[in-house]
Amino acid sequence: MSLFNHTLTELHDLLHKKEVSITDLVDESYKRISEVEGKVKAFITLDEENARKQAEVLQGKIGTDEAKGLLFGMPIGIKDNIVTKGLRTTSGSQILHNFDPIYDATVMNKLHEANAITIGKLNMDEFAMGSSTENSSYQKTANPWNLERVPGGSSGGSAAAVAAGEVPFSLGSDTGGSIRQPAAFCGVVGLKPTFGRVSRFGLIAFASSLDQIGPITRSVEDNARLLEAISGVDSLDATSADVPVDSYSEALTGDIKGLKIAVPKEYLGEGVSEDVRQSVLNALKVLEGLGATWEEVSLPHSKYGLATYYLLSSSEASSNLARFDGIRYGYRTENAENLIDLYKKTRAEGFGDEVKRRIMLGTFALSSGYYDAYYKKAQQVRTLIKKDFEDVFENYDVIIGPTTPTPAFKIGENIDDPLTMYANDILTIPVNLAGVPGISVPCGFSDGMPLGLQIIGKHFDEKTVYRTAHAYEQATNFHQQKPTL
Amino acid sequence: MSRISEEQVRHVANLARLAITDEEVEMFTAQLDDIIGFAEQLNELDTTGIKPTSHVLDMKNVLREDKSAPGLPREEVLKNAPDHENGQIRVPAIIE
Repeated sequence: MSLFNHTLTELHDLLHKKEVSITDLVDESYKRISEVEGKVKAFITLDEENARKQAEVLQGKIGTDEAKGLLFGMPIGIKDNIVTKGLRTTSGSQILHNFDPIYDATVMNKLHEANAITIGKLNMDEFAMGSSTENSSYQKTANPWNLERVPGGSSGGSAAAVAAGEVPFSLGSDTGGSIRQPAAFCGVVGLKPTFGRVSRFGLIAFASSLDQIGPITRSVEDNARLLEAISGVDSLDATSADVPVDSYSEALTGDIKGLKIAVPKEYLGEGVSEDVRQSVLNALKVLEGLGATWEEVSLPHSKYGLATYYLLSSSEASSNLARFDGIRYGYRTENAENLIDLYKKTRAEGFGDEVKRRIMLGTFALSSGYYDAYYKKAQQVRTLIKKDFEDVFENYDVIIGPTTPTPAFKIGENIDDPLTMYANDILTIPVNLAGVPGISVPCGFSDGMPLGLQIIGKHFDEKTVYRTAHAYEQATNFHQQKPTL
Repeated sequence: MSRISEEQVRHVANLARLAITDEEVEMFTAQLDDIIGFAEQLNELDTTGIKPTSHVLDMKNVLREDKSAPGLPREEVLKNAPDHENGQIRVPAIIE
């Protein structure tokens, strides 16, 4: 049995009873990587030498006062859009193929303080733009449950590595579903926190009003503990929220008696596969059995989420990605005639098609004469979508639906059709637009591929989201099933 | 009827500082037209008087004391620059 089938708390106990060493944990990671990485291709960059050195140093501290905290000595994988000092960070793009960050993201500083060990940097759609990790300019990651299928995206590497047992936990980022959708496709647990819960400092920006970093894990408990470690206000991110960080793990009581669940009819309607629908209805029965009640509600503006999201996120991206100009860091073209030509050729050669497509869409939506019709209009619809959630949360504790309309699709199946690809995120996007937290937990299988249950909470109420997810997880065995590789 | 012309695509590519081939102009014209067409469903909604949301939480200015602090060391800053000389980043001639 893999050591990583243990929870974080169990691994912590094993370490301190000296039944397992930190070197054993790091060995487990790299051994598994050497066995399956050729098939899964979850990592862009490994940091083996440093990880092994760190393991040795930390092992020497076991039994002393310095060996504090649950994450002490724990191996973790990091999505490659989170900057890591001295460890190449590409954001899945050729434009950053040689980028060696000179500082750490705030979440990395927190992980370093907790003495977690970075195993490597995980594959992703270029600049987090995609739902299949096929837009990575490095490699295509495979779904550990079926190597012909996508792992989801954009945090496909982060979800696949955890599902394949290469690391016990990872960090991803979620702008429109990029943690929850791959977590659902790979049969693991992924949470997008409330906007502002986790500092974005050092997260290579895609859409600054939507991006959040969050944990991908094998259990809800691990997820809650990892979020506790990375949350909090940060003077380096002015949009991080000065709201106390709850003890999420203490919320995992298993008790959800009296919990009021809202089930949006839009989330079980057209486009949602029968297996997905059935798995959610079964989950609701389980939750009822635990003392919760549910009612059907409406989020009437759900269907406008996708268009709103693509206009807003692409507009923000077109501005954020202006910094990649070939001057201060990253790729620079070799045949520029003048400065403007240098910008244009650097960007044309350095960015992939999907990134260009979104920069173009965003630039168009923000351009003179179109701003009101597209950008401002989308911001107004965002207000309506946010209000849908506020209205429902006046009477209910959580909103539940599927994470995705279908299980993981085949590699190559949707790559030439942007709109079909975008439709994958139809159930996750409104959550980002409203800024509320959402988790995906395993809730069944369809043709051998995992399905995810999405549980959405009020702003800064990750506690109730985790409590519900944990109670459900403990009452089912989907999370215990592992892919055979 | 197409909502977006090839000329517009070239104009937007120039604004976005993206060199673009004729083939790409053709591809992006068709794809952006589809996406913009899809986005026009937002016009079904009457948003008169609705306040735009740029940020989901109530935001206030975050201020700090204006204190001087050392900047990044020069070698660090230049470490990732594609071209540099004598402690400065080198770029093509800006004024001809």
